[in-house]
Amino acid sequence: MEHSENHDPKLGSYLIGFVLAVVLTAIPFTLVAMNALSTAGLFATIAIAGIVQVFVHLKFFLHLSLKHTPSENILALAFAGVLVMIMIGGTLWIMFNIGFRHAM
Amino acid sequence: MSTAELSPVELEAEEQALQEREFGFWVYLMTDAIIFALLFAVYITMTNNVATAPAPKEFFDFWHTVGETALLLISSLTFGFATLQMRAGNKQAVLMWLVVTFFLGAGFVAMELDEFAGMIAAGAAPTESGALSAFFTLVGTHGLHVSLGLLWIAVFTVQVATKGLTPHVVSRLSRLGLFWHFLDIVWIGIFSVVYLPGMM
Repeated sequence: MEHSENHDPKLGSYLIGFVLAVVLTAIPFTLVAMNALSTAGLFATIAIAGIVQVFVHLKFFLHLSLKHTPSENILALAFAGVLVMIMIGGTLWIMFNIGFRHAM
Repeated sequence: MSTAELSPVELEAEEQALQEREFGFWVYLMTDAIIFALLFAVYITMTNNVATAPAPKEFFDFWHTVGETALLLISSLTFGFATLQMRAGNKQAVLMWLVVTFFLGAGFVAMELDEFAGMIAAGAAPTESGALSAFFTLVGTHGLHVSLGLLWIAVFTVQVATKGLTPHVVSRLSRLGLFWHFLDIVWIGIFSVVYLPGMM
């Protein structure tokens, strides 16, 4: 039942998270401002930096950890992730497919 | 913790109840994440439906977005400091960091309202096109969440000041922390999907 103390948030955790978040924000903003890559390259950079930053926030700010966070919380997160994939992926797939067919 | 009057059994039941609330709040955040995800999907499909109105991206300003992002990210860090001081039982420092977080969040909302007002004044109101409706709905829903978060921070600043760091106040503050950090995660999505692609 000793679930506090050991993995209580630490100052270092917030600072590491903050520095990583700043770096992961600065990379896409700088590349877009300088127009440094092709459109596809910029989109890929924004997507990768964004997704990595979400995980940085989950770990260092929300203190999510596979070891210590109750498994039902992780399960709820994973389930939300699956729903988001189905609904967003499905919406974009269908809507752009319609757009493409209308354009023909 | 100042719960000397409770027996160990009562204390454990109390702890259990607080953990259940934490899980309930987590489930709420997940449903909120799904709402935002769908608003993102709507925005992406509507981006090019500008009708005769100006496109939202004509109003995006690089440094304005950098400023909003910085305010929200720093406010997430200062809320983290409040959480650390709360664990340490340091009431005055918790109050100080909550107030700092409040003003950073208020600065964010002010910048967003300024952007919205400028757009509406320039003929880009939410009623003008599908793209603008989707833009205002997505970014505005996030702004509304931040505004409610500000109200919530204000209420808890008063609670910490008057009731002190009791187990209940600590538990509520941790849930507010989850909410505040969650809103910063949604903002990562907004600058990645709305602002940066619009400025490319």
